[in-house]
Amino acid sequence: MSTFAEILLNGLSLGSVYALIALGFVVIFRATEVVNFAHASLLLAGGYVTAVLHDDIGFWPALLAGIAGAALVGAAVEFLVMRRYRGSDHSVLAIVTIGVDILLTTELTRRIGTDVLTLGDPWGDAVLKAGPISLAHTRIAAFVAAALLITAFLLAFRYTAWGIAMRAAAESAETAALMGVRLGRVSLGAWAVAGGLAAVAALFLTVFPTPGLERATSLAALKAFPAAILGGLDSTTGALVGGLTVGVTESLATGYQSDLTFLGRGLGDLAPYLVMVAILLVRPAGLFGTKELARV
Amino acid sequence: MSEALVKPLRAVRSRTYASAAGAGVLLALPFYLDRFWLQAGLFAMAAAVGAIGINLLTGATGQLSMGHAFFLAVGAYGYCVFAADGGDGLTGLGLPTWLAAVLAVLVAGVAGGLFSPISGRLSGAYLGIATLALVFIGQHVMFNAHDLTGGANGRDVPPLSLFGLTFDDRELLVAAVPFGSAEKLWYAGLVLLAAGALFARGVLRGRPGRAMNAIRDHRIAAGVLGVPVARHRAAVFVLSSMYAGLAGVLLALVFQRTVPDYFGITLSLEYLAMIVIGGLGSVSGAVAGAVFVSLLPQLLTRYSDALPLVSAPGTGGIAPGEASRYLYGAAVVLVVLFLPGGLVGTAVRRRGTTHPREER
Repeated sequence: MSTFAEILLNGLSLGSVYALIALGFVVIFRATEVVNFAHASLLLAGGYVTAVLHDDIGFWPALLAGIAGAALVGAAVEFLVMRRYRGSDHSVLAIVTIGVDILLTTELTRRIGTDVLTLGDPWGDAVLKAGPISLAHTRIAAFVAAALLITAFLLAFRYTAWGIAMRAAAESAETAALMGVRLGRVSLGAWAVAGGLAAVAALFLTVFPTPGLERATSLAALKAFPAAILGGLDSTTGALVGGLTVGVTESLATGYQSDLTFLGRGLGDLAPYLVMVAILLVRPAGLFGTKELARV
Repeated sequence: MSEALVKPLRAVRSRTYASAAGAGVLLALPFYLDRFWLQAGLFAMAAAVGAIGINLLTGATGQLSMGHAFFLAVGAYGYCVFAADGGDGLTGLGLPTWLAAVLAVLVAGVAGGLFSPISGRLSGAYLGIATLALVFIGQHVMFNAHDLTGGANGRDVPPLSLFGLTFDDRELLVAAVPFGSAEKLWYAGLVLLAAGALFARGVLRGRPGRAMNAIRDHRIAAGVLGVPVARHRAAVFVLSSMYAGLAGVLLALVFQRTVPDYFGITLSLEYLAMIVIGGLGSVSGAVAGAVFVSLLPQLLTRYSDALPLVSAPGTGGIAPGEASRYLYGAAVVLVVLFLPGGLVGTAVRRRGTTHPREER
């Protein structure tokens, strides 16, 4: 029973990190209707900046620099690439983000090489023991940080002028523009916020018990895609539920791996995708996605 | 005779001459090129077959797929399983190799069909993320189903034999030129590519092609006009998987060994880059993009000493593989932003003879 509780708690913590990534992904989609395949490389960029700087300026400034760096990369992608596209087909823009992803990932993995970079976090491998359950400090920090950030984000999304502008743009871009919402600024903001959230997620994807930032980190970040889509691409609630579902599933599949040997090793990495396929079979728009309605 | 009538006739005639000359050159190449270039060319041909398949799906129907690598793997491993004689301790059915190739393509089609509940209902980028699952499922199976795939080490590919001619490295003298596997496979590749290209052109020009383009451009209007949207989407997905399977068989024959690492997410992205660079929705675009993306790393490797900024792998500079990824990544972005229609579409428009939509 205690192992089950441990696995569940670890899964929730991991899931909250995926939810952070998926949230950024959904924000970009709502604000600009673009599916951003470059999201994993934004995350890698944030993690890389933190990893390089933490020795010189300390962990917290480095983390801030990482967040700022990833936000800047996101904003630069929006400003230099997305804004230059003159067509109206959003699936073509999704392909552009694939091109951006190839460029960014190639550059970052070349810099990282075969190294495993540490991010210099203050938690180390300390473990909290409460009765029969032991939980790494990093996992608790991940859950708390993700919960705080997500709450702050949802409040801002609901009550600030910026959030209202973004929701208005998502509802109807044309009407929002006529009411004085600057669409360019909205999408720039969305990309920057998504980058920042991804950088925080990068920290928690690479701390204990994971060895550190390496090439494969971008593969771990890819799991936020099934999280976003199984919740429904246009729903922030969906991103949270999706993230937690993916995290818990992965954690369970890894935790009970020894009982599932007939399915082969490394099942944890596969489980999120299997859950996504299963959910899409029943609900093609995801759990909380709005069914596409169109007026002819 | 008005000028307007003469001009297209002349254009048609000059195009016929050009393609005849091109075919002649392609047929003569094995007599002159060394093995390195023939293999590079064979990779390009296999990639072109796969790219035609994904262009039917993504370019002509507007359905994004990131799972193409999975179907390539199904084709490659399917061929090995059907054709091998089980001598190396792995599962092998020992069927005639030509039958194994056909069956491998069919199995890839069946795999695509099994995905049809999803491929028929999801559209565009949503499908792109859903098909990511296929790549990871494929990787999992390839690493774990040791009896079928040989695990991380991969398995050997039995050489193809057809009408008593075996496409292996036993040398055969043709007009005083020794023919190894690369020379012999070159002709098999040409035939398969030509057949694949003609078939896809027929699909695109006929009723199915019009229906596919209608689904891409306006799904609801297409449905109202009586196009069964879900069935067409699923069918194109199956067809595209079969092209990928054929490309996988060809790649396996050229590599002579299949390894799971090759069929990762990067390969899927490569195929998407090909069709975007060449031109979405056309056969010639797929072929041009495939040649560009698959020859680029080979060229950079071959001439890495002579090129600035590029250095041999492991020496600290930018390796040829990375340099080519930079180039085609940038090419994808630039082509979409500045050359909608890709290389082929732009070339056609510049020449001004035909409307780009007709150039298939």
